[in-house]
Amino acid sequence: MTEARYKNAVTELEDIASDIYKQMDKGKIPSMKIPVRTKANIKFSRKNHVWTLGKSMGARSAKKLNGAYMLLRTLHMMEFIEDMISNSRSSTLREMYYISEGWEQAKFSTQNESNKLAEDLEAITGCMREDFKLRPEEDGARVIGNITLEEVNRKGQKKKINCRDDVGDSGYGIPYNVEKDKIKFKDIGVKFIIAIETGGMFDRLVENGFDETASALLLHLKGQPARSTRRFVKRLSVEHNLPVAVFTDGDPWSFRIFASVAYGAINTAYISEYLATPTTEYIGITASDILNYELPSDKLNEQDIRALKAELSDPRFKGQFWKNEIELMLDIKKKAEQQALAKYGLDFVTDKYLPDKLGEMGLM
Amino acid sequence: MARSIAEELAKKQKEISVSEFFERNKHILGFDTLTRSLLTAVKEGVDNSLDACEEANILPEIFVEIKQVSRNEYLLISEDNGPGIVKKQIPHIFGRLLYGSRFHAIRQSRGQQGIGISAAVMHGQLTTGKPTKVKSKTSKEDVAHEITLMMDTKRNRPEVLKQDFVIWEGKEHGTRVEIHLKGKYIKGKQSVFEYLKGTAIVNPHAQVTLIEPDNTKTEFKRVTDKMPPTTKEIKPHPEGIELGILMKMAKATKAKRMTSFLTQDFSRISSRVAKEICEKAEIEPTMRPTRLKLDSAKRVIDAIKQVKIMSPQTDCLSPIGELLIKKGLKNVLEDQRPDFYAPPVTRDPGVYSGNPFQVEVGVVHGGDLPSDAPVKILRFANRVPLLYQQGGCACTKAVENVDWRRYGLEQRGGKGIPYGPAIILVHVASTKIPFTSEAKEAIAEIPEIREEIEWALRRCARRLQIHIKKKVRKKKTREKFDIVQTILPKIAEKSAKIVGKPVPKLEPIITKIMDVVWIDDLVEYEKGKHNVTISLYNYTSSRKKFNLYAVVPEGSIDEKSISLKPTRIRKSGKIRWELRAIPSTEKIDITFRLKGLDKDDFDEAEIYVSGINPVQVIGAEPLPGDWDLDEEIQEPSTLDDFIEEEQGDEEMEVIGEADEEVEEVMEND
Repeated sequence: MTEARYKNAVTELEDIASDIYKQMDKGKIPSMKIPVRTKANIKFSRKNHVWTLGKSMGARSAKKLNGAYMLLRTLHMMEFIEDMISNSRSSTLREMYYISEGWEQAKFSTQNESNKLAEDLEAITGCMREDFKLRPEEDGARVIGNITLEEVNRKGQKKKINCRDDVGDSGYGIPYNVEKDKIKFKDIGVKFIIAIETGGMFDRLVENGFDETASALLLHLKGQPARSTRRFVKRLSVEHNLPVAVFTDGDPWSFRIFASVAYGAINTAYISEYLATPTTEYIGITASDILNYELPSDKLNEQDIRALKAELSDPRFKGQFWKNEIELMLDIKKKAEQQALAKYGLDFVTDKYLPDKLGEMGLM
Repeated sequence: MARSIAEELAKKQKEISVSEFFERNKHILGFDTLTRSLLTAVKEGVDNSLDACEEANILPEIFVEIKQVSRNEYLLISEDNGPGIVKKQIPHIFGRLLYGSRFHAIRQSRGQQGIGISAAVMHGQLTTGKPTKVKSKTSKEDVAHEITLMMDTKRNRPEVLKQDFVIWEGKEHGTRVEIHLKGKYIKGKQSVFEYLKGTAIVNPHAQVTLIEPDNTKTEFKRVTDKMPPTTKEIKPHPEGIELGILMKMAKATKAKRMTSFLTQDFSRISSRVAKEICEKAEIEPTMRPTRLKLDSAKRVIDAIKQVKIMSPQTDCLSPIGELLIKKGLKNVLEDQRPDFYAPPVTRDPGVYSGNPFQVEVGVVHGGDLPSDAPVKILRFANRVPLLYQQGGCACTKAVENVDWRRYGLEQRGGKGIPYGPAIILVHVASTKIPFTSEAKEAIAEIPEIREEIEWALRRCARRLQIHIKKKVRKKKTREKFDIVQTILPKIAEKSAKIVGKPVPKLEPIITKIMDVVWIDDLVEYEKGKHNVTISLYNYTSSRKKFNLYAVVPEGSIDEKSISLKPTRIRKSGKIRWELRAIPSTEKIDITFRLKGLDKDDFDEAEIYVSGINPVQVIGAEPLPGDWDLDEEIQEPSTLDDFIEEEQGDEEMEVIGEADEEVEEVMEND
């Protein structure tokens, strides 16, 4: 079955190359059409309740210097991917970036460029980067809580792990591949998932034993979450009906973390249906929390304000709840960190704040 | 009656000493601040040296050394290889204010009032109490005189403290002055260094050496052995003559009658005009000029304004010349590696109030010059750099009045000093530079002069604009070159390899991406010859037939060396080719040699095209409308030529292929 995936990827990539070849053979300036990945080109999919990519297409043409370079890079990358597939190898995105050193003028000037090109190829072909044998260098996100899963380890052996009892304080590390061939969920002893933005807050909840008192799976998002983390959440939510709550700092950037967990990120909107969990709830910190709990706060800077204003026109934040909260934050011009709750003591978050919030959602 | 009152007054009038005069007029003499005093002293010495050398037809070698004696005291040494000064004259020239030979002469020269060097001596004496030492040698065989002198500031007379005969080794002739003075040595703007640098630019025939107080030695090398033509002394032109001067001249003349006074002592007055003036002024043509009274003199002035008088002669002026301005600029600015020296412009002489004047400008662009600062304006009057009062100078006003945005420089609102990596040089030569003040630091805003400068600037700027435009377009096209020459072939190769088919043909794609005729010129200098290659690449999709024109310096083309026979070569250096059609994606080279030029005389060919849509051409401008002008004057062209030309223009074709490629973002729902 996996072999079929790779085969399909190769066919899709060859289609791109052959399209470029055909254009040139006809004497046309070669170009490549790519779905536009901007805020203006995402739309809500009623079927999956996530934000997916619209139909706007951009063209990358050899008429311009940058376009010509990108076309050449694309061909180099294809060749490299096909090589990996036929030799059963894989590489990290970072390695991919260094591989380009051998491509002379076509080499990438930043890793961001190579990452984006990998995403472009996904968007064009509808394949996932795993199908191209490319993976991110670190996954990092970790979970603690009473679930038992079975992971196929690097020696090919199946290993059962309970994410509360078989792990240390740092929890179970989510690998980059969380598909069924790698991970199977065996036993679920929790009622819901709390996805937490910062490591400090994650550790606080772990130390306070909140996973047990609330029967929750604690999950550290580590900032803007990696794909595998979002996929992991998505699978638990779909396969085991676990509600998901996101707990972040109270600032515009954290709102975006929630949006990408719940509805999908703009950059990867073409695979939102695999990654996004639309039933996700937002706990806080909200602008209202800053006022209600009189939390220690910082002033919004100009970038914050710009980001908030951009969110007002972001289709993912269209609901009344977000409209109110974003406008309120713009109004009070304040933001606060999760750990500002420590103003009322180390246990305040687990004794009062979260039980209150989760109670409202009917999770506790 | 009136006479006796005057006598009464005269008794009360005390003679003021020259030192008092000096103290009172320090600011207009340029000795008001420490930094300026030092600069003025250097300036007076150098101006004198250059004038003296030129008068004696000697290629100048100027040496300036400044040593710091104590915190505010410096020793200024100024030396030249001029004709030297005879012993008797030395004390008067250096020890007396307002003593000079040039005071009454009407000619283009640097120093004019004769205040010059003696003012520096006086300043030194007043601020340090130390005497000045002058050494001078007039011929190879002679010994040198060394005189140490001070100034009797009450009587305005020199006082010689010591005189000696000395042997001056290694010097055939020349003068050396050593003045102790209070001052302050600075670097940068308005510094001695900047002044000498400017001097070197506009005096490319001079060798200038400076040793600064920190022992840094800078040599501005001579770039031409050609002396500027000696300036002629001319008689005053009647237009613009002032009443007082007219009266003075009438008193001093040797002529016996008014008519002969007018014809002999003024320029451009014929006997017919002289009679007409007398008639209009209602005075007898035979009257003795010495008997000219105030009221009749006034009538003469009015009469002069009414009659038509020829413009003054202008051959008395000595402009630097277009070629030498360029050489001078190159010589001094080379370390900033400017990438373009716009051909300098020397205007024909003009006249203001009876004084002939001539304007020259040059513009330098690019290289290491700062691109985010106002352009630097180098102002010169009679080959002397002007460093102070930039804002109040006609040169600056003229620069500000030109809309530089049209010519490729930034300028807010199209007025004011433009911004960009450029240096603008303005030189005004005249028998009488109208300075705003005695300090001679800025040229007054006489409309005739300002307008001439503006014209010159515009003409020079037009070449700058062409250069900038060419550079910008070439840069853009250079990118396309990269695409078609290196990237596209690789894309073709890779895609062919992936699909396992032969590499596709690139020519049709190349022409679609480029869609221009690219013209590139390469100039190489070798053994006294310039080898020029003009390459024409047809990167359009169709055959292209058009006419090519090049301009090279007059008389330099080696006709036999031209690889492709031109249709026409003109004496003025204009060459025309009617090219055969160049097939799509093909290239032709035209090569030729230029002889008898210096390396710097030619670095970029002026190239024009006709018979083709100019937007399809990069590297050449459309043929300007005035191309044939010089021909009409020099050698009237035949009717056939004109017909030919018109046919050429009809060849114009506009080829625009519908572009099917999607450029930016397209919606497809």
